[in-house]
Amino acid sequence: MLKAFSHLLARDLRLAFRSRHELANPLIFFVLVVSLFPLAVAPSAELLQVMAPGVIWVSALLSVLLSLDRLFKQDYEDGSLDQLMLSPNPLVILVLAKVCAHWLLTGLPLVLVAPLLGMFLYVPDEAIGVLMLSLLLGTPVLSLVGAIGVSLTVAVNRGGVLLSLIVLPLYIPVLIFGANAVDVASDGLSVRGQLLFLGAVLALALSLAPLATAVALRITASR
Amino acid sequence: MIKKIWAWIQRFSSPKHFYAISGKLIPWFAVPAFLLGIYGLYMGLFVAPTDYQQGESYRIIFIHVPAAWMSMFIYIVMAISAAIGLIWQIKLADMIAAASAPIGAWFTFLALVTGSLWGKPMWGAYWVWDARLTSELILLFLYFGYMALQSSIEDQRTADKASGLLVIVGVVNIPIIHYSVEWWNTLHQGATVAKFDKPSMHIDMLIPLLVMALAAKLFYAAIVLMRARNEVLYRERNRQWVRDLVKKL
Repeated sequence: MLKAFSHLLARDLRLAFRSRHELANPLIFFVLVVSLFPLAVAPSAELLQVMAPGVIWVSALLSVLLSLDRLFKQDYEDGSLDQLMLSPNPLVILVLAKVCAHWLLTGLPLVLVAPLLGMFLYVPDEAIGVLMLSLLLGTPVLSLVGAIGVSLTVAVNRGGVLLSLIVLPLYIPVLIFGANAVDVASDGLSVRGQLLFLGAVLALALSLAPLATAVALRITASR
Repeated sequence: MIKKIWAWIQRFSSPKHFYAISGKLIPWFAVPAFLLGIYGLYMGLFVAPTDYQQGESYRIIFIHVPAAWMSMFIYIVMAISAAIGLIWQIKLADMIAAASAPIGAWFTFLALVTGSLWGKPMWGAYWVWDARLTSELILLFLYFGYMALQSSIEDQRTADKASGLLVIVGVVNIPIIHYSVEWWNTLHQGATVAKFDKPSMHIDMLIPLLVMALAAKLFYAAIVLMRARNEVLYRERNRQWVRDLVKKL
């Protein structure tokens, strides 16, 4: 079972590294959207500092959302998803492997590039760590919950807008606490509660979302 | 015994049987809903005393609160019937869930509109990012997501199951969303919303409110049966019993 997990994880990573431009796109999108805000609002430090946590978090949300398609779509189209569902290994474990790969390829880069964007938007230095930590706890939830949405819409043609309609409302708690943690940290206050909440949501999503995703795949992707 | 009950459930939930029984049931919900609605509105709008703080404008409560209650109630009904449909493969339960969604969305919309109309005299603005209003707005998005998914999958069985699963995921999420919005609200604003103390309600206000809530429940029962009947006819349109029914018209 563990072998199947690591095997699938390695496969997904290898596939992704063979098309590197696709790998970079969500990251570039993330940086691009964030840098639109100073252009649209005003390059004033006070204003941007107030908006920074929200802007960075909303951009991260959209970036993950746009990259969700990669999770199952291609496997569905070329038939390898059918093979995964036929395999004797529990589908939950396989789903978890695919979500892990997705997070490593999209969530983790966002965490790593966040300090740069924090600097763009004048986030105080002492809040940068919290920004990264909140993204580190929050982006896996985005991948996990997003997987449910993708698996429900995998057979729908041009399901992009539909996917965002389904998934974005479910992202709201993560958005609230992620952005608020950075906001509070900028004021130099304790963010223990916010981070604990994000951790709790992560634990919940980690234990329930793969189950829901597996059920959803059995419903929608079986031909 | 259990087998007997099971057989009875199977028989009742067969579309044909449901169509016949629900046709007889509808008036039993619709007529009381209408009468109670008239009575509740009259008592609420004309008889109930004027509020000492909010004046006459509080009277929108008799629409707003029942609508808000229904918006949540219907989502839970949908989740329960979707679970029944997924677990026991009862098609009728899926049809009830599908038929409920637009009604729930309308109640949510009504709660939002009346809430914002109430907000104008109370808060001085039509929209305030109040925790409850925001939760209702997100609930409306959840309804939209369900309806979008339901209508974009062509195969009816798949659509039912997929959107049913979405509703169940949503119902797990609703408490999390609700409380995070509540905390978000206290974290961010607090002072900007003029918080008026809610006096415990006068009995003359409470009775019309409860009457209206009951009327809304009955109204929903009647409408959902009507919509489910249409759904049954549409989905079974190629069956012999539906053809016979149409011939009789």
